[in-house]
Amino acid sequence: MVPELGHFALILALCVAIVQATVPLAGTVWRVPGWIALARPAASAQMLFLVLAFGALVWSFIANDFSVAYVAQNSNSALPLEYRISAVWGGHEGSLLLWGLILGGWTFAVAMFSRRLPDDMVARVIAVMGLISIGFLLFMLLTSNPFDRLVPPAPDGRDLNPLLQDFGLIVHPPMLYMGYVGFSVAFAFAIAALIEGRLDATWARWSRPWTIVAWVFMTFGIALGSWWAYYELGWGGWWFWDPVENASFMPWLIGTALIHSLAVSEKRNTFKNWTVLLAIFAFSLSLLGTFLVRSGVLTSVHAFASDPARGIFILAFLLLVIGGSLALFAWRAPAVKSTGHFQLVARETAMLSGNVLLVVAMGAVLLGTLYPLILDAFALGKISVGPPYFNAVFVPLMAPLLLILGVGPHMRWKQDDAATLLRRYRFVLLVSVVAGILLPLVAYGTVTPGVGLGVALACWVVGGSVVDLGRRVRTSRGLRGVPRSYWGMTTAHAGLAVVVVGVTLTSAYSTESDVRMAPGESLEMAGYTFHFDSVDQVAGPNYDASFGHFRITAADGSQVARLNPEKRIYRVQTMPMTEAGIDGGLFRDLFIAMGEPLGDGAWAVRIYHKPFIAWLWLGAILMGCGGLLAASDRRYRLAVKSAQAATVGPVATAES
Amino acid sequence: MKARFLIPLGLFLALAGLFWFVLNQMNRGDYNPRELPSALIDKPAPTFSLPNLHQPDQTIGTPNFLGQVSLFNVWASWCVSCRVEHPFFMELARRNEVPIYGLNYKDERADALRWLDQLGNPYVASAFDFEGRVGIDWGVYGVPETFVVDKAGKIRMRFPGPVTEAIWNRKFAPLIAQLRSEQG
Repeated sequence: MVPELGHFALILALCVAIVQATVPLAGTVWRVPGWIALARPAASAQMLFLVLAFGALVWSFIANDFSVAYVAQNSNSALPLEYRISAVWGGHEGSLLLWGLILGGWTFAVAMFSRRLPDDMVARVIAVMGLISIGFLLFMLLTSNPFDRLVPPAPDGRDLNPLLQDFGLIVHPPMLYMGYVGFSVAFAFAIAALIEGRLDATWARWSRPWTIVAWVFMTFGIALGSWWAYYELGWGGWWFWDPVENASFMPWLIGTALIHSLAVSEKRNTFKNWTVLLAIFAFSLSLLGTFLVRSGVLTSVHAFASDPARGIFILAFLLLVIGGSLALFAWRAPAVKSTGHFQLVARETAMLSGNVLLVVAMGAVLLGTLYPLILDAFALGKISVGPPYFNAVFVPLMAPLLLILGVGPHMRWKQDDAATLLRRYRFVLLVSVVAGILLPLVAYGTVTPGVGLGVALACWVVGGSVVDLGRRVRTSRGLRGVPRSYWGMTTAHAGLAVVVVGVTLTSAYSTESDVRMAPGESLEMAGYTFHFDSVDQVAGPNYDASFGHFRITAADGSQVARLNPEKRIYRVQTMPMTEAGIDGGLFRDLFIAMGEPLGDGAWAVRIYHKPFIAWLWLGAILMGCGGLLAASDRRYRLAVKSAQAATVGPVATAES
Repeated sequence: MKARFLIPLGLFLALAGLFWFVLNQMNRGDYNPRELPSALIDKPAPTFSLPNLHQPDQTIGTPNFLGQVSLFNVWASWCVSCRVEHPFFMELARRNEVPIYGLNYKDERADALRWLDQLGNPYVASAFDFEGRVGIDWGVYGVPETFVVDKAGKIRMRFPGPVTEAIWNRKFAPLIAQLRSEQG
């Protein structure tokens, strides 16, 4: 009964989406206020039905209703409750429903927090989001209904993939989807502006906070995924360049370019076509990711049960949404005039160069992701494009980006003076180069050009920010005079520098041992001694585990940590899983994973010493917090008030 | 309308064209991203001997394949894609097209028998591989998978994923006709 109610709620949500997508839009064309006013209630009604549908699916999982095919495939009566709930989005159908729910949530948020925006603008935005919702709901109802019944009902479920039975997987997908779907708001604002034919600074100011918040979710989502891969997959890696990781990384790169480009469009009334194009691209890449993952055209560790029929549907949807919006762009964009002019040495130039580098980086990732597909489809051979390609193209693109980042944000709009800048930043430049060589040398005794470059660039970015902050504090009224958006920018850029340090040092100085160890034996590595004490057999709720006891001691014999790596066999899918034992720290992680039993009580054991790996995630957290600071700047709350009066935003001074 | 504003649209349409081409190839069975070059093709099938699913005291093994061209289909009651290809296998069995042997993979005997009772049994016989060891020998890494074994007991084709009528007509039927005409 409950699954049928969920199914019915989905159908109602589709009906509401159709109304939401058409009536308000028609209202703006024929100027019918009653139709325009329908946008907000429609968004709320849609949200309600999606919550009901999602609730029905959650209920089916909690109640172990194995007559629902999707529940039978992804859950089991022995599965702990928290994983029964997260199993809702553990497969294709349920994760689509989560997608739809989150889209409903963002639309609802736009309806709620846009009271001060012109009604017809809001109506267009909500209508565009309704169009997207129609596509997803149709897709769900026609090809991937999560409420399909199984006749006869399964006696028990096939269990959730053990890899997904983990805290990281409870939070990672919702977080990432919040980002993916959040870009639909920026997309809808851009399309609404194109339809209206009015691309001005107000439009940029309205979409900025939404875009930044979506970007923050995406940043946290990607970082969580990387963290999960690190501790759950048991080989100490944190980024794989897997097609699905790339599918989330590409919209992130474009989203990063977009939030910067939006800033220029708002402040300087320029780059407007470029910004609109980025807004279309960011969401298009989110949709493209959906296509790549769910159509089965690529293989990946994340593969959903794939089906070419689904692929055809998503492709048709992509053609409509992306093709339609790019055609609209080609039609409207030529009429848009940018008014802000700037010289070669100016903040605009720095922003544009950074933007181009990010877009080129995205293109390189896209090419690397699709290249095996192209070769394979044309029967030219099977290859995989792996980390060697991506690292080879990525580093040369990121180095100039970081170089620009050190000084670009602190340049003046329109025109700055190269000689003045050089005088102001030469000290930072010198310190960075020296630090890049000396710091690794002191800490590790060796330095390579790559490590030196990475550390120097990170120092340069942070140093540049410190110099500028100092100037700001002196010129404005102390620390209190510095706006929150400026703190946001500085924090996010420092976060990127922290990530760069983490990537550089952990790639260069990690050590690992892959050894045969029996209880009672020990191993020395990186100044630590790892003692293998014993193994117990432990029974979990739905798995049996070999539970290892390890002690780690420092050179002076003092105990550093006790770790308990596990080797689990999940009973239903008889799948072995590695639970690593990790002693985390700010400057190094010690990581122990048990591989296969080798007989006579011995085990294949992998031990890693990973310097600075925590900086990857700390940096991502800093970046996300920077975004939140910027999005909560009081300017946006005040700006919306004055927005209706002004059609063109104030031409900003050197402020932020 | 200036031409340069059409560039993004052009790029996107080219990409969409590529995807359309690939999806079509997938539908026809010409392209399968899960298909890995199998080391077993044109080699004698890995020998095995397993209990018959229906009569546990009897065994099924590699000798069953000799002297005829046959299909060896890996299935399980918990596998949803198997339900997708199942009606087509029923159709093949009804047409007496080719003997189909099943490998019931990592399944409970009771569940498997109930599945066949309710949906129909297209198999000449199914081997019961509870621990999945034969699956490992044959390089199975997803269910369903279908192998074509020739008269001499050699594996001639491996197809991962559900078999459809279109894929059958394009990939299986010509190969089976050719294998039947071979001496053996």
